[in-house]
Amino acid sequence: MKAYDTVIGLEVHAQLLTRTKIFCGCSTKAGLSPNTNTCPVCTGMPGVLPVLNRKVVDFGIMLGLATGCRIASRCIFARKNYFYPDLPKGYQITQYEHPLCEGGEILIETGQGIKRIGITRIHMEEDAGKTIHDEKAPSSYVDYNRSGVPLLEIVSEPDITSTDEAVAYLRELRQILMYLGVCDGNMEEGSLRCDANVSVKPAGSSRYGTRTELKNMNSFRNVQRALQYEIERHIEIRESGGEVVQETLLWDPSRGVTVSMRSKEESHDYRYFPEPDLVPLEIDAAWIDGVRSGLPELPFARRKRFIGQYGLPAYDAGVLTQTKTVADYYEECVRLLDRPKEISNWIMTEVMRVLNEQGIAITGLNVSPEMLTGLIALIDRGSISGSMAKEVFAEMAATGDSAGSIVEKRGIGQISDEAELRSLAREIIDAYPDEAGRYRSGKAGLLGFFVGKLMKATRGEANPKLASRIIKELLEG
Amino acid sequence: MLETARQYRRYEKSPVEETRAFLEKIRSDPFNAFVTIDEAGALRDAQAAEELLKSQEPGALAGIPVAVKDNICTRGLRTTCASKILSDFVPTFDATVVKRLKEQGAVILGKTNLDEFAMGSTTTSSIAGPTRNPRDPSRTPGGSSGGSGAAVAAELCAGALGSDTGGSIRMPASFCGITGLKPTYGSVSRYGLVAFASSLDQIGPMAPTARDAAVLFDAIKGHDPLDSTSVPRDYGPTELDGIDLKGLRIGVPEEFFGEGLNPEVKAAVRSGIETLEDMGGRVVQIGLPHVGYGVAVYYIVATAEASSNLARYDGVRYGLRAQGALDLGDMYALTRATGFGPEVKRRIMLGTYALSAGYYDAYYRKASQVRTLIAQDFRRAFSRCDIIVGPTTPVTAFRLDEMIDDPLSLYLLDIYTIPANLAGLPALSIPCGFDSLGLPVGMQLMAPHFREDLLLGAGISFQDRTTYHQEGP
Repeated sequence: MKAYDTVIGLEVHAQLLTRTKIFCGCSTKAGLSPNTNTCPVCTGMPGVLPVLNRKVVDFGIMLGLATGCRIASRCIFARKNYFYPDLPKGYQITQYEHPLCEGGEILIETGQGIKRIGITRIHMEEDAGKTIHDEKAPSSYVDYNRSGVPLLEIVSEPDITSTDEAVAYLRELRQILMYLGVCDGNMEEGSLRCDANVSVKPAGSSRYGTRTELKNMNSFRNVQRALQYEIERHIEIRESGGEVVQETLLWDPSRGVTVSMRSKEESHDYRYFPEPDLVPLEIDAAWIDGVRSGLPELPFARRKRFIGQYGLPAYDAGVLTQTKTVADYYEECVRLLDRPKEISNWIMTEVMRVLNEQGIAITGLNVSPEMLTGLIALIDRGSISGSMAKEVFAEMAATGDSAGSIVEKRGIGQISDEAELRSLAREIIDAYPDEAGRYRSGKAGLLGFFVGKLMKATRGEANPKLASRIIKELLEG
Repeated sequence: MLETARQYRRYEKSPVEETRAFLEKIRSDPFNAFVTIDEAGALRDAQAAEELLKSQEPGALAGIPVAVKDNICTRGLRTTCASKILSDFVPTFDATVVKRLKEQGAVILGKTNLDEFAMGSTTTSSIAGPTRNPRDPSRTPGGSSGGSGAAVAAELCAGALGSDTGGSIRMPASFCGITGLKPTYGSVSRYGLVAFASSLDQIGPMAPTARDAAVLFDAIKGHDPLDSTSVPRDYGPTELDGIDLKGLRIGVPEEFFGEGLNPEVKAAVRSGIETLEDMGGRVVQIGLPHVGYGVAVYYIVATAEASSNLARYDGVRYGLRAQGALDLGDMYALTRATGFGPEVKRRIMLGTYALSAGYYDAYYRKASQVRTLIAQDFRRAFSRCDIIVGPTTPVTAFRLDEMIDDPLSLYLLDIYTIPANLAGLPALSIPCGFDSLGLPVGMQLMAPHFREDLLLGAGISFQDRTTYHQEGP
């Protein structure tokens, strides 16, 4: 088999977290009963007109700045014409010739280091409603609650050369969207949707092969599987002397195959033209600067800073910056207690475990940064052991009580009272004169025997370091 | 209209009596000016106006019976666009202009006839049947706002709203011998106007006189946050005493007096211009070198926008849905084939073609560029004159049985009115004489953007000096 290069470009649709729809005052809230979040505008009644929600533009500019795009000083909306029951006006208001953002990039980490994936454009548009087919009756229903919910479409350059890169790009983009607070990133529920253009060409060739478009990949895993399947399919066709047909395919996750949806000949002529109901949108420097000043630090930059500023391994920095809220939590902890690596360990293990078990975000965690650092301070002071601390943490997460009060209530504070330990230790040494003698004649390994006896006598609550020092002093002194 | 308002205030007339009288006339209207008469609603509005008139500031239109073109949405009152596809459509909201009329206390008598979806110049393609010209019932009132034109001319209402995409207010105003204003694009909200061609459509007043048109215009104009193309600015009231024409530079474009202009229309318009000169105006010859492309540009831009605007009539949510369809595509095709008339279909097809892949640059983009050139022509012209005057239409009202069945010739009737829509300029049609058959001739006045004050002021002064607008059918 010959070697092939894979060429992938992704088109991602991100549903925006604005309070109201893009062209009317209806709420964007999902999950309501059908056609309750609608008005004459988003159901396309005769005579209605769109009015742009400026928050959508703010969000678009945010993403544009975050990905290093040029923000258009003047952009226009266009109509994309096609018939479908979930499209109430018979056209979608989108952007075509003059999009909001152009020419940006997203950096991804690959096995070979950092790679730049170009962003061709980002534009604003409205979502369509949902068609619901009744399997039993010869009829379908349409729910327009989603009609007019704002979307950003992010189109990448065909810079992606493997399925891993595609997933890395998608993860990075999702993370940026979530950091900016413009999209909840939920692929399963469709707030983040990904289409792909795929082609293969003989390794090193500069001529692109025929591409196919993939739709319906509603998870990272499905993106990976669908792309892998499609690449292999292209290669097989070429190897057997055939030609790839340009078409749009749907990924069928249950069968693990791509299925033809429409051929190039059947593809729509969308008859784009400038939307006459909306005036050109003028974006001045002040608007852009205003948005820029509210921009949070982005994941890539934050990862780098965590490595430099806190001396964390790249792995830790990656995990901690996965979501903005976790990264914020971490930094608040470090501000309270200067133990960056210990805190990182706690968050990556105990905190993450609780988040997974409880199925919550860190913002819903019972343990605040003050409480977590309070717990770590107790270990540092030797009040509790590391293993004890994990139990205390679990109880903190369950009840919301502080480490101090749990330790006190359960009486599990380590015995660090030197006088008390010393007298207990003396009793033990007196009780085992033979072993004491053997230790003194050079059998240093017996130190552990005495420490173990002391720990047992205190039901494990003795501070082990202190216990060891006292016994050593008594035996040797 | 102003006189009626005065009589109301002196209790010489009552809105309820006045409304009843109009309704009585409408019931036996021989011209078929209305698609829907709203007797109950009108009487309710009139009752409310009686109360309103007792208050300190009753509103300029309190108790004034008006009619509204049936492509403007009225809450709870059927709005058909004269189309089978919307024959049972009842809007859930009032168009902004209707809301404003109601706020001013106006009584809405009903919805007036039009060419289906305002596409036409004869008011003949309506589900309600053709409207006849009160000047001569064997003739067309013009279109597409022919119902409003006929209703005003036949005194079936005190004034009416029309819509104008390429001349649909001015042409029937000219044919029916009344006054019609196509306002500056962006000065009157389009919210609730069922779109034909969004970048050209504008609602405007049709009335017996320029003064009444000014009162109606003042009631409906102004910024509307629901229409993004509506322009926020200070809209002062129109001066109803007219303006002094002394020194007013009257631009006369040679392009408006060329081939195709009926000699009797030409003579009447020339005499109108002479009257304006007698009143102190100074005639300036101007050139509008690109207006000759106006009709061609218009029929690309307007049909392209219409092909998209009319896509929503698909049988899914409201309006007609054809029965017996085999699948979704069939439902669309059957619904639209049954619901739209031939002229609407023709324009949808033209527009779809003009926007198609591979043709967009040659048609729509080119048309948009020429449109910019036409707007530039006007900007240049208005550096040399204050208003532009010419004929509204090349001919007077023609007989319904002599209906021109060649669409191209019909489209040429709009040759003088289309440029104002393409450039977004305000334009007024006022009666300026009659042809040898006694049919009215309209004179069109155009002004720079937002200078309706000049048009209405000149129109009022002209009508204070002439009687063309008073000579009834």
